[in-house]
Amino acid sequence: MVAHRPFQTFVTHGILILGALVLAFPIYVTFVASTHTIEEVTKSFPLLPGSHLVENYLRALTVGPRDVGATVGTMMLNSLIMALGITFGKISISLLAAFAIVYFRFRLRNVFFWMIFITLMLPIEVRILPTYKVAADLKLLDSYSGLIFPLIASATATFLFRQFFMTVPDELCEAHRIDGGGPMRFFFDILLPMSRTSIAALFVILFIYGWNQYLWPLLITSDQKYYTLLIGIKRMLDVGEGQAEWPIIMASTILAMLPPVLVVIFMQKQFVRGMTETEK
Amino acid sequence: MEKRVVFRNNVLPYLLVAPQVIITLVFFIWPASQALWWSFLREDAFGTKSAFVWFENFADLFASAEYLNSFRVTLIFSSAVAGVGFSVALLLAVMADRALRSATVYKTLIIWPYAVAPVVAGVLWFFLFNPTVGMVAFFIKKAGVNWNHTLNGTQAMTLVIIAAAWREISYNFLFFLAGLQAIPHAFIEAAAIDGAGPWKRFWTIVFPLLSPTMFFLIVVNIVYAFFDTFGVIHAITRGGPNYATNILVYKVFNDGFINLDLGGSAAQSVILMIVVITLTVVQFRFIERKVNY
Repeated sequence: MVAHRPFQTFVTHGILILGALVLAFPIYVTFVASTHTIEEVTKSFPLLPGSHLVENYLRALTVGPRDVGATVGTMMLNSLIMALGITFGKISISLLAAFAIVYFRFRLRNVFFWMIFITLMLPIEVRILPTYKVAADLKLLDSYSGLIFPLIASATATFLFRQFFMTVPDELCEAHRIDGGGPMRFFFDILLPMSRTSIAALFVILFIYGWNQYLWPLLITSDQKYYTLLIGIKRMLDVGEGQAEWPIIMASTILAMLPPVLVVIFMQKQFVRGMTETEK
Repeated sequence: MEKRVVFRNNVLPYLLVAPQVIITLVFFIWPASQALWWSFLREDAFGTKSAFVWFENFADLFASAEYLNSFRVTLIFSSAVAGVGFSVALLLAVMADRALRSATVYKTLIIWPYAVAPVVAGVLWFFLFNPTVGMVAFFIKKAGVNWNHTLNGTQAMTLVIIAAAWREISYNFLFFLAGLQAIPHAFIEAAAIDGAGPWKRFWTIVFPLLSPTMFFLIVVNIVYAFFDTFGVIHAITRGGPNYATNILVYKVFNDGFINLDLGGSAAQSVILMIVVITLTVVQFRFIERKVNY
């Protein structure tokens, strides 16, 4: 038996609680700042929540911060459209591609497979300028398609589904064929329901990925109508010599963190599964 | 690995792979080859003509003090982010693993920062350390240090490292904890019976068994620090002051979109691609071999 000493237990929990507190500290300060007036935030350093919570959040959501030209409500909607577009787009195209690669033999199969595979190695950051030019030529600047399409081709999801389809017993497919069923029936009636847990795990990971996109939306949106929330927050900070509207910025920041953080906390099982499966 | 039972159809498989293949061609293969092509071109001052200049753009880069500085800054930044992220995460994971039943609770409390976008992480820490309104900056100043990350390069670097590592701690923690929980308890107990204390048990049993996880995390952390931290830099320092935090990916963006230097930016993109591809290949080769004892 490994001995359990009370002192050791005390240290263990002490370090963990300290760690959790330090990690949460910036969020707490942000939240506190979002509930005060700008004078209170800039003159003193409030440590406890103030009385302007409803006022600040309502103002951010409906009126919007100065100099940005869009309300946080609109920008959250844009972020949501982008995140869900990326999530559903990626999951659908990779399910189909993985199905083709696993369940069919056709010419160029390996070529396609490797073509998809190398995208794993090219994060958008390393090819931004040419990708921007493609998007401009295709008239995708300032549009939802422009926010979504360039970000949905990635091999991780295709690989995950490929791995999963390989573990599906051949007998299922055989029985289906003996019954005279076609490939698409097999896909929708058998494969898709069986992939539920993998889809859920990917959904969580991709939603966070999509919601948190920054560089690409920054480049291709110049019309405020299409600003995502993260772009909006950055614009709020760029006030030059003027005083930044800290309470509104902090309220927007909390709103920007809320959806992905809630997803992680409430769908923790799927999140952990998604993390460990997509990365290996 | 191949399926034994397959469907036969001459058209369907092409239709099924078409969406992904088209998107890959349009948004990956084509832009990447464009970057490759542009990196050998140079435009004249008016942007009207371009000439094929072979490796001149690359030669210029490696002769440029600014680019070499950017490389150096990136190396310091990524090793510090990985170092901080690693050690804090490992400590917390070992503790959470020891906390047994409460491990799940701590897990929830520690993993959520991963969901926060890098740019938002940047905004949070920028606010705390802001020389005029930041609470932490205020206390640092009270302690006698003249904190102003907008003027002091070392302080700016420290701040972006903290902001970038903060998120990464959660990520590493998750994988370390999974790795620790996968170690059979019998190993630890056997060592305890043989009289090994906790410190010795950690270094001789747990640490070596964690090596596959660690190797995987090193690569992921470097890739993260190289590429995903654009938002952190953009929100906090914009590469400044005086290029002190001008990491490579920020410089690509800056030269391409702000200074409109097409060839130079493309050449930098190509160098970055080589870095990512090397890292990926290294990762795959080692994972195949399963670093283990």
